[in-house]
Amino acid sequence: MALILNEEQNMLKESAQGFLSEHAPVAQLRQLRDERSETGYDKGTWQQMVELGWTGILVPEAHGGLEFGHVGMGQIMEENGRTLTASPLLSTAVLAASAINAAASSAQKKALLPAIVDGSLLFAVALDEGPKYRPTLVKTTVAASGEAYVLNGEKQFVGDGHIADKIIVSARTSGDASDEQGISLFIIDSSAAGVEVERVHLADSRNSAMVRLNNVELTADALLGDKGGAASVITYLADVANVHLSAELLGMSQEVFERTVQYMKERSQYGALIGSYQGLQHRAAHMFSEIELAKSVVIKALQALDENSTKLSLLASVCKAKVSEVVTLVTNEGVQLHGGIGMTDELDIGFFMKRARVAEQQFGDRRYHVQRFASLQNY
Amino acid sequence: MSDLEQFREQTRAWLEANCPASQREPVMEFDDKCWGGTKWRFSNEDQRTWLDVMAERGWTAPDWPAEYGGGGLSKEESKILREEMYRIDARPPLFSMGLSMIGPALLQYGSEELKRQHIPNIVKGKIWWCQGYSEPSYGSDLAGLQTRCVDKGDYFEVNGQKVWTSYAERADWMFCLVRTDPDAVKHAGISLVLFDMTTPGVRTSPIKLISGNSPFCETFLDNVRVEKDQLVGTINQGWELASYLLTHERAMIGNMGQTTANEKTLHQHAIDVSGLENGQLGDSALRTDIAQWEIDILAFELTQERIDDETKAGTGTGATSSMLKYAGTELNKQRYELLTDIHGQAGLGWEGDIFDNGLLASQWLRTKGNSIEGGTSEIQLNIISKRILGLGQKG
Ligand SMILES: Cc1cc2nc3c(=O)[nH]c(=O)nc-3n(C[C@H](O)[C@H](O)[C@H](O)COP(=O)(O)OP(=O)(O)OC[C@H]3O[C@@H](n4cnc5c(N)ncnc54)[C@H](O)[C@@H]3O)c2cc1C
Ligand SMILES: Cc1cc2nc3c(=O)[nH]c(=O)nc-3n(C[C@H](O)[C@H](O)[C@H](O)COP(=O)(O)OP(=O)(O)OC[C@H]3O[C@@H](n4cnc5c(N)ncnc54)[C@H](O)[C@@H]3O)c2cc1C
Repeated sequence: MALILNEEQNMLKESAQGFLSEHAPVAQLRQLRDERSETGYDKGTWQQMVELGWTGILVPEAHGGLEFGHVGMGQIMEENGRTLTASPLLSTAVLAASAINAAASSAQKKALLPAIVDGSLLFAVALDEGPKYRPTLVKTTVAASGEAYVLNGEKQFVGDGHIADKIIVSARTSGDASDEQGISLFIIDSSAAGVEVERVHLADSRNSAMVRLNNVELTADALLGDKGGAASVITYLADVANVHLSAELLGMSQEVFERTVQYMKERSQYGALIGSYQGLQHRAAHMFSEIELAKSVVIKALQALDENSTKLSLLASVCKAKVSEVVTLVTNEGVQLHGGIGMTDELDIGFFMKRARVAEQQFGDRRYHVQRFASLQNY
Repeated sequence: MSDLEQFREQTRAWLEANCPASQREPVMEFDDKCWGGTKWRFSNEDQRTWLDVMAERGWTAPDWPAEYGGGGLSKEESKILREEMYRIDARPPLFSMGLSMIGPALLQYGSEELKRQHIPNIVKGKIWWCQGYSEPSYGSDLAGLQTRCVDKGDYFEVNGQKVWTSYAERADWMFCLVRTDPDAVKHAGISLVLFDMTTPGVRTSPIKLISGNSPFCETFLDNVRVEKDQLVGTINQGWELASYLLTHERAMIGNMGQTTANEKTLHQHAIDVSGLENGQLGDSALRTDIAQWEIDILAFELTQERIDDETKAGTGTGATSSMLKYAGTELNKQRYELLTDIHGQAGLGWEGDIFDNGLLASQWLRTKGNSIEGGTSEIQLNIISKRILGLGQKG
């Protein structure tokens, strides 16, 4: 497939760009942070996103969605990266929608997907039990009690955990911690007895939480997918997450790069624009080249999602590894080339750097994906 | 079946029937690539056959007009041919600066007579072309070149010196940048002329490279007579032509980073040399470096594909040949750094049986020129800064 957007995808990208830059620019995130907002996102903006149909993009038409696909969703994520808009979009409309689509029973789909589309239910996905992404390291236990389950454990750094109505958690139904087999997924209510959610503040001013499960009782229909066989769903879910996070990181890279080049055309030192110094020009040109490479891996991986490609995992790792490298370079250079101003809270660049580092860590950082790429190629 | 599907099927069958098995082996050494020309000695009969059957259909230059001997294929058909050749790992039947540089320039700017004289010979690989651009004092700053070309009434006379002229010794003809107006500002006084390397006054002297080979030369031009009809385009239009040509050259050099279907991957080299321990390369740092490089080269190949697709769709931002040249050549240099690392001291074998007479070492050293020839990496970065990013004014 040609590595370009079709007309409808282009229109979606343009409308996302128009909407976000007008209604939810970086200033909105700054304000949410300064106000120490309870929710950490703007409900009015979220409602507008729902009305724009963004929550239905990955949901099949049969369940009230638009079924517009990952390439389209990726454009919204990329534009989100340019504005750093904080919203439940990734957790609910991308991750939960994809997990439910991939693994849920038809009854669960019927109950949950329309609620994702109309924005009435917010989700979080809780896999990590430590500060680094290690999907098979699952110590959260599941005890059977008749037809039902009892969960105990702690899930860490759950994106959007404290605003979610429902949390998709991984837990161990058999095997030892770090076995690939024996992991199951459950959908739990965050208001259920024994669920304790503690918001944590990370550098990116977005929403994260620790989720403690103390004898949480679940009925049989809380199980998402096959008992003990969630590894493949988790792999898929992480691939989805990494490709969309990469789209967001690509948007950030481009935004920071453009702002930095603009600054180089405005700031003078020694009687000349700093953009006229070759030492800085070559660094800018190198970044340009790297961003071009990043664009290509993102669109390829988004297409792989829509095509259900057998190379999805490989491309998702290529994507996250490359884009993480690029965004680290560009945000670091962005601060450096701004000089003293780059270090100030007043300038937005710092917000991009902080969001980038959190997003890089989620679902595996650059090194994780470089190693995974090698393993997938059997070396 | 659509026309294109039918074309693919026929092409596949034709290639299967006509591409000799030896021409599907990876290109290892210089002679494996056919450069054509009057002095070319085919490395075997298959190489000759493969060139002949492909040239017969014009498929050495698939998208050039059929009236000059080209394949006359559409962009889509050319792509299919490329893909089908790639699928069976068929070698390109002909490598030449005729195909990659002077041919496209002649098609764009040449007179009808020049096209009829030269294009069919380029397609058939009859003439080996060399490029006379660089001079001892003018490399990156090419537009300062001083080789003089004077109008002598019914012919031109050329005097000066070129350097780094690849394959000048073996070449039949040169496309040469010369100064036709010494008083004009430097870009405005340059022309592009063509001449036969056997013309009296043309003398070449080989230069030995760090790789041990001597593929390029100093070329001395003393009172060389050039026929007037061998001026490409108009007088003093040379810089425009040279720029057009350089874009093609950059695309070609940048392409060297690209892998082919059956080419051994870096990680396979490493497995062959050191084996696996518990399913992984034992040297975990090398494993990481290889993986990182393989990710980068994939990203690069996808970028070539994307830019190609954007160009076709008319949405391209243009001026990307510098970016591709820069990224592709830097990656190709890294490839050979990793390859020599993987093979350890054996990879640095220079003579005798170790590594086939120093083949890898000389390839490794040759790649160092990739980021110099066709405009250095630094010059590509300058072009990106100025033309794409708009940096450069003093303010
Ligand atoms: C944490 C911190 C503490 C500080 N404390 C003090 C303090 O106590 N007292 C004080 O007086 N100052 C202090 N400073 C200011 C500091 O000295 C300046 O920020 C620094 O000199 C850079 O100047 P600038 O911020 O104006 O950046 P600029 O000079 O505008 O530089 C912007 C960018 O352009 C580059 N650049 C500029 N000129 C050239 C050139 N000719 N060639 C190539 N690149 C160029 C720079 O390297 C930089 O990347 C502090 C700064 C920081 C970040
Ligand atoms: C393998 C090989 C094959 C070649 N084949 C041919 C051929 O067939 N025909 C032909 O005409 N030429 C050929 N060349 C020559 C090639 O085009 C020149 O070497 C090249 O353009 C650089 O010129 P130079 O060698 O004079 O280096 P210089 O221009 O002297 O450059 C020296 C260094 O300074 C840097 N530099 C120069 N100007 C700037 C600037 N403005 N800003 C920042 N850095 C700068 C360069 O990047 C380089 O690192 C070949 C070269 C090689 C290596």
